[in-house]
Amino acid sequence: MINNIVITANKLTKRFGDFTAVDHISFDVNKGEIFGFLGANGAGKTTAMRMLCGLLFPSSGEATVAGYDVYKENEKIKKSIGYMSQKFSLYEDLTVKENMEFYGGIYHMSDKYIKEKTASILDQLHLQKEAKVLVRSLPLGWKQKLAFAVSIFHEPGIVFLDEPTGGVDPVTRREFWKMIYQASDTGTTIFVTTHYMDEAEYCSRVSIMVDGRIDALDTPANLKQTYNASSMDEVFLQLARKAKRSD
Amino acid sequence: MNSIEVNNIIKTYGKKKEVTALNDISFNVEQGELFGIIGPDGAGKTSLFRILTTLLLADSGKASVDGFDIVKDYKAIRKRVGYMPGRFSLYQDLSVEENLNFFATIFNTSIEENYGLIKDIYVQIEPFKKRKAGKLSGGMKQKLALCCALIHRPSILFLDEPTTGVDAVSRKEFWEMLKGLRKEGITILVSTPYMDEAGLCDRVALVQNGKFLSINTPGGIVNSFSKPLVAVKSTRMLHLLNELEKQDFVDNVYPFGEYHHVVMKDRSGEPLLQQFIKDRGNEKAVLQEAKPDIEDCFIALMKS
Repeated sequence: MINNIVITANKLTKRFGDFTAVDHISFDVNKGEIFGFLGANGAGKTTAMRMLCGLLFPSSGEATVAGYDVYKENEKIKKSIGYMSQKFSLYEDLTVKENMEFYGGIYHMSDKYIKEKTASILDQLHLQKEAKVLVRSLPLGWKQKLAFAVSIFHEPGIVFLDEPTGGVDPVTRREFWKMIYQASDTGTTIFVTTHYMDEAEYCSRVSIMVDGRIDALDTPANLKQTYNASSMDEVFLQLARKAKRSD
Repeated sequence: MNSIEVNNIIKTYGKKKEVTALNDISFNVEQGELFGIIGPDGAGKTSLFRILTTLLLADSGKASVDGFDIVKDYKAIRKRVGYMPGRFSLYQDLSVEENLNFFATIFNTSIEENYGLIKDIYVQIEPFKKRKAGKLSGGMKQKLALCCALIHRPSILFLDEPTTGVDAVSRKEFWEMLKGLRKEGITILVSTPYMDEAGLCDRVALVQNGKFLSINTPGGIVNSFSKPLVAVKSTRMLHLLNELEKQDFVDNVYPFGEYHHVVMKDRSGEPLLQQFIKDRGNEKAVLQEAKPDIEDCFIALMKS
């Protein structure tokens, strides 16, 4: 890619019947950025994310992800991104090692790559002893960290994280964010949604969706200044209270 | 009188009891208290709620709810408690009104009889009373579930993670509703993974891996944080975190919103940290005093 922009959206819109879930949203995300994608329940975050991941065609507007068009090249997008959600990311009936091999296989990685990458992730997460343990029996915090490592197993350059830290203890939540920082430091772009407002502060920039639109988009520091607020929690409440709809 | 008394409750799962959900738990909840059980997923919160609402038997230990034994007097307890499980458990294909009527009838009462108790909450969903429960938004489902748990005027309300997955605005609204119920004299036991909700309770228990780390008022928990705490930031946050982890005077350092929180072993670390920050002037490093909150305390208790 010539420039540093890895995600663009221009008046991106999705209608379901007469309901406009995502209403002309426009933004760019730079390489290596941690982009926080916030909004109240029902604001349209999931729909917007599904369009960017190549899983749902927009009704109108344009968007590119990793340089690929969301209408014409959605299969290429899927290969270029990683995705992790709170609800489902790993196969509970497979072992830690099998999960990594499975994902590596899906993304057509070579046997050599899979072997080396698996070893390096086990090492990084201190999971060598648990390599042959079923994912089901891992504590939730470990699962979430492993799920993140698996989502960037194929070194996608962009990773979408949908509420990755819900219900996780405060220590693990921070270990998780350290992994995000490290990935961002090596040039991976992070697109993340969260309900924890302290995590919004960890982002390079934050967008806040209200009723399908992006009502605010800036660095956490600038947003706090603009809305004369002492925390992102206050900024979010000021904006989200204006919402007319819920999920 | 205590509304809830729990003594040495142990609960394990698995053929060989290999998973310990609750490891010797004891606590009391006073009449009219709003008591929070704060902890991450898998800490044992739901097992505790199911045992106290007589839906699950403990391996050992004793507990009473409203003066009744949870094993012997389970029928009496079921009449007296309202329970809102973590998963939405109303009838999706019944309307809002039908669900409420159904729960009132089961408990031999009527909506009219206890309308005063639910009025403030119910008026918010009343415009949709003909709508099927399955078609409601998350926030409205939560309000309906709370109404259904209250319609027989229980003396104790059990709310298992009522705000999980709910956005910040709805969470605030929900806690406002709980404050209102507290004024009615109802004892409330509520669990949550959100540490910031602890401050809204009269007392809280911090729970991790089936053990209570601490039981106290929110203020009491915060006051028991004994080590010096400082907030720092710079233009290179990850670098700053990694560097601070290597320092001998640092007991713990972790991201905390816009800043990193640095817990020092003792006061002697303060000048060292000041020098450390001064040396990083070109990275715009700054430091300021920080007050510990519940999350700092939880992290410290998990480490100890």
